[in-house]
Amino acid sequence: MRRDIFQAIADPTRRAILVLIAVQAMTPNAIAEHFDITRQSISKHLRILHECDLLAQKHEGREIYYELKFEKMEEIDIWVDQFRKIMEESFLRLDEVLLTIKNKKK
Amino acid sequence: MNLLFDFTVDKATATIYVTREFAADLDLVWDAFTKAEILDQWMGPRPWRVETKEMDFRVGGRWLYTMISPENVAAARWSLAEFVEIQPKSSFTTKNSFSDENGNPLNTDFTFSLTKNSFKAGVEKTTVQIVKKMASLAELEKFTAGGYYEKGTAMGMNNLDEYLRTLVTSK
Repeated sequence: MRRDIFQAIADPTRRAILVLIAVQAMTPNAIAEHFDITRQSISKHLRILHECDLLAQKHEGREIYYELKFEKMEEIDIWVDQFRKIMEESFLRLDEVLLTIKNKKK
Repeated sequence: MNLLFDFTVDKATATIYVTREFAADLDLVWDAFTKAEILDQWMGPRPWRVETKEMDFRVGGRWLYTMISPENVAAARWSLAEFVEIQPKSSFTTKNSFSDENGNPLNTDFTFSLTKNSFKAGVEKTTVQIVKKMASLAELEKFTAGGYYEKGTAMGMNNLDEYLRTLVTSK
């Protein structure tokens, strides 16, 4: 199942996990040590983050390290911002078009 | 004249709310949003420009258009707006998707958005409210006509937590 990024960050534990792995790649054990919840819960949160395509995995020996995919976090805001600019600029052009039409009518 | 422009995003529901005032009467603003010869003059992301191929403004009708690049090349992906509801001089709703040049849906692209445009006459101005409901906000990438965006600068580590909170709480 492909999840939406906003599902990922709606949960405070998942946000905290993202903050941790943004600073350095961490194993699930190391992540779990920062929380007062079961390993199973941590695994569940990591699975959701993984399904949101926010995690990069590195294998070192038998350990798996998780890292944050920064580009995924930025992606949505970039599109929203781009779209806002397109609307804003289009409307400024429309202002001119409306003015031109009004002047012609006079 | 100071014209209102308001743009908000509800990330939880992937809905965009835009309100804009225009210094013209309702009839003219309505035409500007529903007549191809005016739409072609202002819509779309620059440097691309909109070129209409078909416009049939009635419920069940459609507007088929493409983006033309500065080199005068039409975008491979055409845009289709199907009119699902029209209240003359008050509002209309379109189902927006991408298609080939004949308006056939692209097999690679099943998603669509619903856009409701509402018009309200004021004193020497008209207010337009646009509500765009999308399957996912990531779809917005397609509305930027692709390609001409530059990746944002890398985010500083320190402000990530703040950034995440903003993402969650901002609308």
